[in-house]
Amino acid sequence: MPADPLNVLTGKHYLDGNHAACEGALAAGCRFAAGYPITPSTEIVERVAGRFPHLGGIFIQMEDEIAASIAIQGAVWAGKKAMTVTSGPGFSLMMEHIGLAAITETPCVFFNVQRGGPSTGLPTLPGQADMMQARWGSHGDYEIIALSPQSPQECFNLAVDAFNLAEQWRVPVLVMMDECVGHMTERVIIPKAETIEVTERRWTKKKPSDYKPFEPGPDLVPDMAKAGDGYHLFVTGLTHDERGYPVMNWQAQEKLVHRLVDKIRLSADKIVRFEEEDIEGADVVVVSYGITARVARRGAELARQKGVKVGMLRLVVVWPFPEKRILELASKVQAFVVPEMNYGQMVLEVERAAKGKTNVVCVPHGGGEVHDPEVIADAIIRAAKRLS
Amino acid sequence: MNDTQENPVSPYLRLDRMPSIWCPGCGIGTSVNCFARAITQSKIDVNKLSIVSGIGCTGRVSGYLNFDSFHTTHGRPIAFATGLKLANPELHVVVYSGEGDLIAIGGNHFIHAARRNVDILVVCVNNFVYGMTGGQVSPTSPSPASFTTAPYGQFEEPFNLPYLADSCGAVYVARWTTFHVRQLAKSMREALTKKGFRFIEIIAPCPTLYLRRNKLGDGLDAMKYYHEKSVVKNDANTRDLKIDFESEITVGTFVNRDRPTFLEAMNQRFATALGNKYQPYPVGPNHGQKSQSQTQEVA
Repeated sequence: MPADPLNVLTGKHYLDGNHAACEGALAAGCRFAAGYPITPSTEIVERVAGRFPHLGGIFIQMEDEIAASIAIQGAVWAGKKAMTVTSGPGFSLMMEHIGLAAITETPCVFFNVQRGGPSTGLPTLPGQADMMQARWGSHGDYEIIALSPQSPQECFNLAVDAFNLAEQWRVPVLVMMDECVGHMTERVIIPKAETIEVTERRWTKKKPSDYKPFEPGPDLVPDMAKAGDGYHLFVTGLTHDERGYPVMNWQAQEKLVHRLVDKIRLSADKIVRFEEEDIEGADVVVVSYGITARVARRGAELARQKGVKVGMLRLVVVWPFPEKRILELASKVQAFVVPEMNYGQMVLEVERAAKGKTNVVCVPHGGGEVHDPEVIADAIIRAAKRLS
Repeated sequence: MNDTQENPVSPYLRLDRMPSIWCPGCGIGTSVNCFARAITQSKIDVNKLSIVSGIGCTGRVSGYLNFDSFHTTHGRPIAFATGLKLANPELHVVVYSGEGDLIAIGGNHFIHAARRNVDILVVCVNNFVYGMTGGQVSPTSPSPASFTTAPYGQFEEPFNLPYLADSCGAVYVARWTTFHVRQLAKSMREALTKKGFRFIEIIAPCPTLYLRRNKLGDGLDAMKYYHEKSVVKNDANTRDLKIDFESEITVGTFVNRDRPTFLEAMNQRFATALGNKYQPYPVGPNHGQKSQSQTQEVA
């Protein structure tokens, strides 16, 4: 259905990524936000704290990120769309509740404006070193969806998409921004409400007597009910059956966890999203995401000037990873070059998906500033030469 | 005439989940019975009642009560309940958990929810021990009782929970033991229909891991102890409510006051700052007196 015009600040704006992300969340219908101040993410909740009183939403600054990441789940079970916002150290504290949202299939959105780590690291400077934590950070087996915007405009767009994906698949969705994207100011066009598609919650149509809260539909996702509607829900972080009742044995574990994993893995083709440029006939393909994709585009231009045929593949949805496309390209190109602001995270996924059919070159950077495009260009040129 | 009658609390229990995990002589089930009776008497709409628990023996309460039940993570039920209540103030939200969950790992959420006066009832079963994990020392364990992780006796100062709740701003603070079933049920009924952050501490026996290890007898001996050593002192100064090993236990209702809830304070502030543009956010079902007088005005 189209977005509610009340929520949408239609027009041309000059916004940084954090403010744009906030507007995207509001456009998607977010009505509850809980957070804890942390650089470089705080502008998102600062804006929401100012905007919500005019929209009938609630923002609460909780006592820590642990509290924020579960308060939003309470709000979701009360029927609201909800988000929390953080950066590295806060993201670490939220890991337990990413697991809770995964096992209780609570649709909610986490924004992580990444900074340099580990620990307190570089609070005011960019990083992309939480990408594996986003995928694997909570204990146990589960699946999430993660997105990575490259511009303020895309912070808006992907914030809307994040809420929609959360509702469709009933998983926590992580918007993996970085300090550069969060703090860079560019033109952001917010379209008219009627052109913004918003996914409503999958409310059950069943009566309480016929309803099982964790009985999956054909896409392996169960329909939802909320507290206060007479369903007498039972929601637990323990392994549970379709009624939500705890069951402590391997059969229940296999049934539940296999479904939680399969609901994303078997539908990955529908969720995966990437953009390609100049892939046709390319010898080298640069795989990148977030702010690094924009720096890599300059690196690719410089390499092209030296005669290398370079293509670009930009991950928009980072998790699930486009492994089929990487494998397809692996037998066509001479190398993948993977620049990222960490010492090698998504490059491992590229290597795994390429199955040894081509070279994979990591262009690491510890964070604190973006890559020098020349460094990326050199890596592209060397990768092309080695194989010519 | 049929001489079997349905237990009046049966509709409030998930009987298909019985028997419970609780040991013979455990006080948690007694407290749940009192709670179910309080629900019947309070006449609140049970479809609007949510029970939120954390982890531990008392954390299992939410799963045996037949309302909207949320069994969350260790220490975090108050934070979950805060989101639940603020997102739909029409719900009655009750957090029901143990002292390890609420006061040790969850202590930060406890003090801040009390400070904010979030409109929830927190029921804390205090049995002085981590039962689910096998008998470890807890933040209320008295010295010199022995625990698996304090094998030579506890030596830390225990928390005085009513004092903690009072000083953080709770509007209702009571303590009863599982011997005081009528008083406890009455207190729960009273607290269920009051607005603001309400706190009830229930002193309960853990025969398996606390009483036996400390040679304090069984569940029945605990009842005798509660009977003999409990002193009712309503309005007692909460500073004086520390519980020592085998000491007197002061019980009663210690705090019963009113101050604006989180949502009332929020509405007031936003209305002042934003004027007529601000549409007040709904505040919830326990604001009975106000809505009654409004109804009278309309009539």
